[in-house]
Amino acid sequence: MIAIDVAGLTKRYGQKTVVDGVDLQVEKGEIMGFLGPNGSGKTTTIRMICGLLTPDAGSGRVLGMDLGRDATQIRHEVGYMTQRFSFYEDLTIEENLQFVARLYDLRPTARHVDAVLAELGLQDRRHDLAGTLSGGWKQRLALAACIMHRPKLLLLDEPTAGVDPEARREFWDHIHALAAGGMTVLVSTHYMDEAERCHRISYILQGRLLVAGTPAEIISASGLAALDLVGHGLEQTAQELNNEAAVDQATIFGNALHVVGTDARKLRASIDPVATRDGLAVRESAVTIEDVFIDLVTKSEKAA
Amino acid sequence: MRRWRFSPRRFGAILVKETLQMLRDRVTFAMMIGVPIMQLVLFGFAINNDPKHLDAALVATSQDHLTRAVVTSLENTGYYRFTHVTDSAAEAEAQLASGAVSFVVTVPSDFSRRVMRGDRPRILIEADGTDPSVASGAISTLGTLAQTALNRELGIAPETAQGPNPSLEIVVHRRYNPEGITQYNIVPGLLGVILQMTTVMLTAFAVTREVERGTMENLLALPASPMEIMLGKVVPALGVGAVQVFIVLASAKLLFDVPFVGSLWLLLSGVLLFVLALIFLGYFISTFARTLMQAMQLTTFFFLPSLLLSGFMFPYRGMPVWAQWLGEVFPLTHFNRLIRSVMLKGGDFEAVSGPFTALVLFSLGFAAVALMRFRRTLD
Repeated sequence: MIAIDVAGLTKRYGQKTVVDGVDLQVEKGEIMGFLGPNGSGKTTTIRMICGLLTPDAGSGRVLGMDLGRDATQIRHEVGYMTQRFSFYEDLTIEENLQFVARLYDLRPTARHVDAVLAELGLQDRRHDLAGTLSGGWKQRLALAACIMHRPKLLLLDEPTAGVDPEARREFWDHIHALAAGGMTVLVSTHYMDEAERCHRISYILQGRLLVAGTPAEIISASGLAALDLVGHGLEQTAQELNNEAAVDQATIFGNALHVVGTDARKLRASIDPVATRDGLAVRESAVTIEDVFIDLVTKSEKAA
Repeated sequence: MRRWRFSPRRFGAILVKETLQMLRDRVTFAMMIGVPIMQLVLFGFAINNDPKHLDAALVATSQDHLTRAVVTSLENTGYYRFTHVTDSAAEAEAQLASGAVSFVVTVPSDFSRRVMRGDRPRILIEADGTDPSVASGAISTLGTLAQTALNRELGIAPETAQGPNPSLEIVVHRRYNPEGITQYNIVPGLLGVILQMTTVMLTAFAVTREVERGTMENLLALPASPMEIMLGKVVPALGVGAVQVFIVLASAKLLFDVPFVGSLWLLLSGVLLFVLALIFLGYFISTFARTLMQAMQLTTFFFLPSLLLSGFMFPYRGMPVWAQWLGEVFPLTHFNRLIRSVMLKGGDFEAVSGPFTALVLFSLGFAAVALMRFRRTLD
């Protein structure tokens, strides 16, 4: 069964087309990562999918409901976690959750609240005011609130922005646990390491969906090759290599220079002489998702 | 160590930044221009502490030429305008109680006959004393005017008329507030002003706060209807209003000894309606304002003219007609009529049905527009 199936989603604000003909399919139980730079249209797309924004064009079904006709219904069936923290800072964690439970008419309120508090490890902080919580705890509260009514679809808009690595890891563990229980998750993020924790990912740039697939599929479809140069004085080498035709990107990571190009043989040919001259070791390297996305951005900039 | 001297460049940088911010905040900027203009117009043209052309009822059974002469002379003072002529004292009384007229002038049916007989008939002028400033000018000019008119009609030379034996007597009754105590007028009106100042503000933030703090996006995603949201926000405000009503009414009685002649239940239901209208008005404002600051400014923008035009500070009847029409837009105007009528004059439901209807319409109107303006999406 397919949880999200939309085609041609378009949103314009005045002259500016923020989302431009986005097609997106997400299978039930799947974690779909939604990636793209700031202002690429991720939030607008998510808001259209959950019925908070009316698309200017395009149509589709979410959880089998029509995006145009059943927008209100969709909104109430999915769990939507906003990018900006949107709970009441002057209420405690428990009071916020009680409010949500009552709006969803979950009875008895206390049992539902207790269950979700336990599930996300919030019991000890139930009486803390939401406004006093750190980023990671706020995100847990927000996640707790949007899974309380056991939605079949979770829409998470940059849930881990500004959260420390440990809290991020725990958050993702929760998401995987929910997906294992049959929930479908569409999650937008900036973090490339999170992309690798998704079953499938899609990349949006300037309102257009450029690729979608599993991380492995996307990497192999890109046809990119990568090599690492290890040694000293990498800064100069990097500048030099960036001017080479066969090199698409040359980026320093610590004491390794990560070099990416479209043609593996040509890449090797242009690197070997430089490496020998500067006394650098050449090592095979894996192409990362980040390499692919940066490649997509550079190519679209060149095309423009 | 660098010495900090006044730098025209830095000063200029702050100057430019402040000016840009000021111009970009349209609402504040509009207030800066709008408020002085509004005040100038209202204070300059609308407000009049010596009101003229006050509506009056004439109770006269006969319309003979002597009666007409006296009535015309009253009208010629510029203070009275006889809008109702009737031969029923009860009808005139009701009009005074409802506030439709400020005076009732009663000329006895055998007025001419008794003038001819040299009987010194009485003309009774009953003035609505709830607002002492309204009646004072009108009453003070009465004096010899009617006498002069009567003498002219009878063909008596003006000088003889100054004699010790006038041929008619004018009796003035200040109704409802015989001593002309200002507090009797101010304190009930103050209830309206206090309620308006606080309750509108209370709900003016209701929707705006959610928008400004970013909680609106989440609230919209939750299954709550606009009606549920509105009522949920309105009812607590109503509770606060109830406490205020109690405080003001209790202090009116205990501290100021304001007479309370009407029905308490009638008054309370009127107050409830008024508070409801105010709360919905606040809610209505909050669907307009994008920031809390704007909500506050819009509230003030509404508050100021209503204070001036509602008859609380200055006599309503003293204002030019256009200003009176403008005054009708404010719930406070209708509430002032209602509370003065019920509290001071003992007006019954019929006497205050006008203001009652107006307040119901205000409540429904504001609530309906607020609901219509409430967006279920973020579009």
